Amino acid sequence: MTDISNVNTLLDKMAESIQSKCQTRQVSDPLMIGIHTGGVWVANALHPRLGLKEDLGTLNISFYRDDFTRIGMHPQVEPSSLPFEVNDRHIILVDDVLHTGRTIRAALNEIFDYGRPASVMLAALVVRSGKELPVCADVMGIRLNLTESQHIKLTGPDPLKLELQESK
Amino acid sequence: MKQRDIQLDSQGRLRHFLTIEGLKQQTLIDILDTAENFSTVGTRKVKKVPLLRGKTIANLFFEASTRTRTTFELAAKRLSADVLNININTSSTTKGESLLDMLRNLEAMHCDMFVVRHHSSGAAHFFAKHVAPHISVINGGDGSHAHPTQGMLDMFTIRRHKPDFTALRVAVVGDILHSRVARSQIHALNILGVPEVRAIGPRTLIPAEAESLGVHVYNDMKEGIRDVDVVIMLRLQRERMQGALLPSENEYYRTYGLSPEKLALAKPDAIVMHPGPINRGVEMASSVADGPQSVILEQVTNGIAVRMAIMSMVLGRPNEEQEAN
Repeated sequence: MTDISNVNTLLDKMAESIQSKCQTRQVSDPLMIGIHTGGVWVANALHPRLGLKEDLGTLNISFYRDDFTRIGMHPQVEPSSLPFEVNDRHIILVDDVLHTGRTIRAALNEIFDYGRPASVMLAALVVRSGKELPVCADVMGIRLNLTESQHIKLTGPDPLKLELQESK
Repeated sequence: MKQRDIQLDSQGRLRHFLTIEGLKQQTLIDILDTAENFSTVGTRKVKKVPLLRGKTIANLFFEASTRTRTTFELAAKRLSADVLNININTSSTTKGESLLDMLRNLEAMHCDMFVVRHHSSGAAHFFAKHVAPHISVINGGDGSHAHPTQGMLDMFTIRRHKPDFTALRVAVVGDILHSRVARSQIHALNILGVPEVRAIGPRTLIPAEAESLGVHVYNDMKEGIRDVDVVIMLRLQRERMQGALLPSENEYYRTYGLSPEKLALAKPDAIVMHPGPINRGVEMASSVADGPQSVILEQVTNGIAVRMAIMSMVLGRPNEEQEAN
């Protein structure tokens, strides 16, 4: 089993990988957007590592979910806040766990309701098995092959910890 | 056994939204928190989210309204629902179609929600009782009974300025007898834990049961407004008045109108609210309505987010049969 005990090491690796991806793709001054709640924690940790100039943006994708009529509203999550223009900008979209790909589909839809970005790069702390949509991470901390009954969960924000749980 | 509240489903979630009376504090807080999330949608480039795509909402207005109808319509459209505006004066009820026939016809068009405004108290409950089980009803104001979405948008506006309901003194001023808005506000303020709600107005315009609603009644405006955090002015509803309940508009303004001098008796950071439409120079001075303490236009803006929250909570309820499986 790959080590998930040290989230900081995974974050360092991600930051390095984002930097090199930006270089090869000739992306300068990217914006960073984290997806509530875990993705915002990860983005908060990556943001200073990359020395980004502009404030972090956050997305609450509740209004874009495809399972709204099954799970209803969750009023507790903070609203989206994108304190910048996204038009023609390069965006690094950050989430904690990339699983089915449905959250990222929703996040992309929401970002495009704010404007037309030049590009979007996806960074996920964990990429786990169970993909249902054609969505891949450009940058990841770790890849885990899990069964359907296994769940990976990020707790935080301080300290950030990954927990593997088994459901019955 | 206590009869179940018609507006709640078996899990205690909102299935209709007919009145604030009897709802749990947590339900009201959920509405306010959800509305807080929706409030950012109106400031974006694309002022729309896909939440209610494919749903059809019919606005059934049996009584004139500008603000309420347009903000319901905007709220539904910002949620991507399809909206039908049915102005009853020009529809087939004038050709003798009964209310229930009209309901059946709208159901046959596969509507998911009716927003009802009616001049008779209890109209929204009547609709809720008779609609097909998959349809939700929202009360857009019934007679002098309730106007729950207005009540909630007022609570939202208050919370934006004064986050702690349990530290507030709120005055509701004017024609409380005919005001469905005042009734909804008073229920909401009580449920949210506001320790002191005052009703200020002439004896003829304060309902006999006011004290039982948990309010302190004042007939003297200057005494009642002293040291309050929130002043809610009500519209003088001449169309609902029978007989001579009032001397004259001039005298009403002198006694109960909100002038800068009377407002100065409230706390210095008190906010001034009014559900609209304002009768300038009757309920309040223009300089107060347009002054720095007035949040009247914010109320209109907030109405959209609050109505989006209520519509999406009611229509986003997980299907009960699905859950049982």
